[in-house]
Amino acid sequence: MSDLKFEDCLTRLEQIVTALEAGNLPLEESLKVFEEGVSLARQCTRYLDDAERRIEMLAKDESGATTTRPLNWEEEER
Amino acid sequence: MADRVVWSVSELSRRLSATLEERFPTVWVEGEISNFKVYGSGHAYFTLKDENAQLRAVLFRNRMRRIRFEPADGLHVLAFGAIELYPQRGEFQLVVELLEPRGLGALQLAFEQLKERLGREGLFDPARKRPLPRFPRKIGIVTSPRGAALHDMLRVIGRRFGEIHVVLAPAKVQGDGAAAEVAQGIRELNALGGVDVIIIGRGGGSLEDLWAFNDEMLARTIAVSKIPVISAVGHEVDFTIADFVADVRAATPSQAAELVVREKRLVADSVGELGRRLVRAMHRRLEAQRARLEAVRERRVLTDPHRPLRDLTRRLDDATARLTRAARASLRHAAHRVELATRDLRARNPVARTRHDRRRLDDLAGRLDRALARGVDRRRHRVNGVAGRLNSLSPLAVLGRGYSLTLTASGEIVRSVTQVAVGDEIGVMLDEGRLEARVTERKEHDERPEV
Repeated sequence: MSDLKFEDCLTRLEQIVTALEAGNLPLEESLKVFEEGVSLARQCTRYLDDAERRIEMLAKDESGATTTRPLNWEEEER
Repeated sequence: MADRVVWSVSELSRRLSATLEERFPTVWVEGEISNFKVYGSGHAYFTLKDENAQLRAVLFRNRMRRIRFEPADGLHVLAFGAIELYPQRGEFQLVVELLEPRGLGALQLAFEQLKERLGREGLFDPARKRPLPRFPRKIGIVTSPRGAALHDMLRVIGRRFGEIHVVLAPAKVQGDGAAAEVAQGIRELNALGGVDVIIIGRGGGSLEDLWAFNDEMLARTIAVSKIPVISAVGHEVDFTIADFVADVRAATPSQAAELVVREKRLVADSVGELGRRLVRAMHRRLEAQRARLEAVRERRVLTDPHRPLRDLTRRLDDATARLTRAARASLRHAAHRVELATRDLRARNPVARTRHDRRRLDDLAGRLDRALARGVDRRRHRVNGVAGRLNSLSPLAVLGRGYSLTLTASGEIVRSVTQVAVGDEIGVMLDEGRLEARVTERKEHDERPEV
């Protein structure tokens, strides 16, 4: 999952659900994709639960290279 | 004529120049541009004219940068500048500081011109537009850190899906250098990596305020960005070049945030719904399999398990019987063939054959003997018969009756006295025996009785 983007993950999950609902997969294949689907659904949920709020601002360091530093949202919001 | 005041041309020009510059330090002149030409130096020369007069005008390169539309022949303009005399040619000219189109505002005209040109180049082509990611993990925003636009976007993001990664590329969004800073922000976010979508924007303002987003270089930077760009400039009614070239135009910065950040609740719901559909689909699949299994079980094969066994037994019996019959027939046939072969073999037995041959030989020998014997007897009878008849015909037979044959010494039969001479040895063949004699006398005629 770490390498699979949430969107790819969700797209694959949708494909699996559609294929299963169509009901023309052999039983063994059905069980295989079902397992994959369950795992994907779990990963998607975990992604949503683990999503992290980060707000950063691009900045230049001493050497002139672009880096990011945290941006205080509340401070900006005042 | 002594009181004539005579000027040199240079002096007069200088004085005229001073007077002109004093009298007309700056003027606004209205006219139509003609013979507009930019020289290699970057300065542009043209003529302003109306129905009755013409005025030479020059637009220096450093002033040209401030003109926001593209001057061209036939454009009706307001020119602002100072009147100067150009002494080398004895002409006066307007040194243009500002140029504004008459009618449309200068900015509006510039906007229309750039829009048309970029449109012709295909930069606004719908086929160029990239789809936005449905669930961006990292959003790049190019705007002022202090602007209302950032505030609006962060508020929407926080409300919908707070746990998202936002990277701000701070940029001036109006005034000199703003366009360049926005373009730089887009490039840096592209270089940063991991950014799924970029929003450029600012809050509402005057046409002047939004002008940075009508910059050609910024438009081209948006066009080459590898990351999809959303343009969110001003209010709903404000359109900029950036809006046309971006992959998506959002009416406002808030709307831009709404476009890319879905509500977490809805996303979570949709994941949950997919999970439920997954389980339901699998459940249905298994139910269908179970139903098929049940249907199969209902069949007689399974309800009367002995039936097929009975059938099988009968088939086995039938087969056994047929097999036995066939085996017997086959055996009989084989026996017959063996018998034939034995007979044949016996017939060809060499010992038997010898015996047989000998028997045949003996038989033949007997038959031959008998045939021979029969043949000899028959022939003997015939020979005897023939010999008798032959005897009677033999010339020698007459000898029995007393005749004799006279033969010369060489064996010829003497028929005439001429055949012999006196003293010759002759033979006389009698019926019984033979005489050897010598001729003593020859007589030509004897006294044989005439018959």
